[in-house]
Amino acid sequence: MKNPILRAANLASPKQQRNWDWRAASNFIAGGAGGGLLLLTSLATSLAAGFAPEVTRSAILLGLMLIGGGLTCVWFEIGRPWRALNVYRHFSTSWMTREAVVALVLFSFGALALLTLHPVFVVAAGILGLGFLYSQARILAANKGIPAWRHPRSIALMVATGLAEGGGFLACVVSISSAALAAPALLALIALIAIRVWFWKAYLGGLVADGAPDGALRVLSGLDARFVVLGHVLPALAVAAALAGMPGRAGLAFAAGIMVVASGWFLKYTLVRRAAFTQGLALSRLPVRGRGPAGAATKPGWKVTPGTKTG
Amino acid sequence: MTRYVMSIDLRRCVGCQTCTAACKGANATPPGIQWRRVLDIESGEFPDVRRTFLPVACMHCANPPCEAVCPTRATTKRADGLVAIDYDLCIGCANCVMACPYDARSIVHESHFAYGDMPMASEAKRFDPDRIGVSMKCTFCVDRIDLAAITGQIPGVDPEVTPACVNSCISGAMQFGDIEDPQSSVSRLLQETQHYRMHEELGTEPGVYYIWDQS
Repeated sequence: MKNPILRAANLASPKQQRNWDWRAASNFIAGGAGGGLLLLTSLATSLAAGFAPEVTRSAILLGLMLIGGGLTCVWFEIGRPWRALNVYRHFSTSWMTREAVVALVLFSFGALALLTLHPVFVVAAGILGLGFLYSQARILAANKGIPAWRHPRSIALMVATGLAEGGGFLACVVSISSAALAAPALLALIALIAIRVWFWKAYLGGLVADGAPDGALRVLSGLDARFVVLGHVLPALAVAAALAGMPGRAGLAFAAGIMVVASGWFLKYTLVRRAAFTQGLALSRLPVRGRGPAGAATKPGWKVTPGTKTG
Repeated sequence: MTRYVMSIDLRRCVGCQTCTAACKGANATPPGIQWRRVLDIESGEFPDVRRTFLPVACMHCANPPCEAVCPTRATTKRADGLVAIDYDLCIGCANCVMACPYDARSIVHESHFAYGDMPMASEAKRFDPDRIGVSMKCTFCVDRIDLAAITGQIPGVDPEVTPACVNSCISGAMQFGDIEDPQSSVSRLLQETQHYRMHEELGTEPGVYYIWDQS
């Protein structure tokens, strides 16, 4: 295929990032859901103590598999995979390092929780799952080159969607393994759905108010209606129907869980790949040439001009 | 304390791309990779239209976001202000590429040459396998800067220890030197002119100053 001609005039505009593909996105997609699932499993077993051992085991195993699968995908992405252990050998304070360290401890406690189902190990795995999820949110937010990621509200959104996806997965696991979720668990799932949509709206509103590349705003605004309806309204209705005593309670909870997970994964894929436009380059002042005055600022690919808040 | 910076006089840049070619020659970057670029920006609306040439590369920030996100300490800020990459430590995770708001970094995953997979003799001689699969960017010609410590020459004054792009600039738009030295050409130039640094609102404290008018 013939390469498109790059015009020098276009090089200053924000561009969709091409370095992190579906493999890197998978780490955020699967790892975040896995971390959320481990936390919610530990909360459910320590607070409600209502799950059968095989349900708890299945949920922990699924959480560990999601995190492991995500990390494996990202391992295939990096340029020098056989040097991956440099993360541990040359320790730094980056959030990617913290994610790697948390993952190491998480797998140790997760394995112990899986084998023994001892509450201490289950709770420890849950807390570490939350740590993993939070580290991932901070990895994205630390990237100043991508305005849609560095917005401070992206952290809460990533954590909220990870928890909601964890809740969705837990609903699926329980629905498959036993008759149905108890009412408190269904109410908790509705709460997680409500929290996620609230943080999504806050994030999108913040991004529009503070400024972002046109391309990123176009992609995220285009996602809004579908994400809200398919990821929140429909699953909330399904859960409400289950709570109201409609027949097929387990099926309704399963369907709600799948919708919550699928929409969260679609959000993260969109955020990591399609909405990830770079900052682009800008001129605060155009130079004085000859006897004319200096020109106004220019920031190709942005609606807002430099000097306004950029998040 | 030394802090090497670059000043670029936007009034003088004519967009000739000589610095781009000089950088490519000095650093033997692979096809499609340019550590130094000169962008051609058209702005405004007819009839008030302007065309500006904007040379860009790594800004060697005082607060480099690429360093903060590096999981292996491959990217570090040196005492003289240069942001360096240790190719032996880098795992090629591209986190620094995402963190840089100046599009200054790139990763090449497979070796490519000007005419396909087989290098020309000149390319074969200068091909560096250490730079495959790792992050790379403008170094401010760090080997020349380090040479200055041996020879006693002054970067920005003596061409042998000055970045190739600065040496090559046909209009004198680019200057290089120690901003902590009040007598350096860069310090004096910045005192006499109005200037800014790109994306200062992000708190990166870049080491490249763009001059747009006299004081």
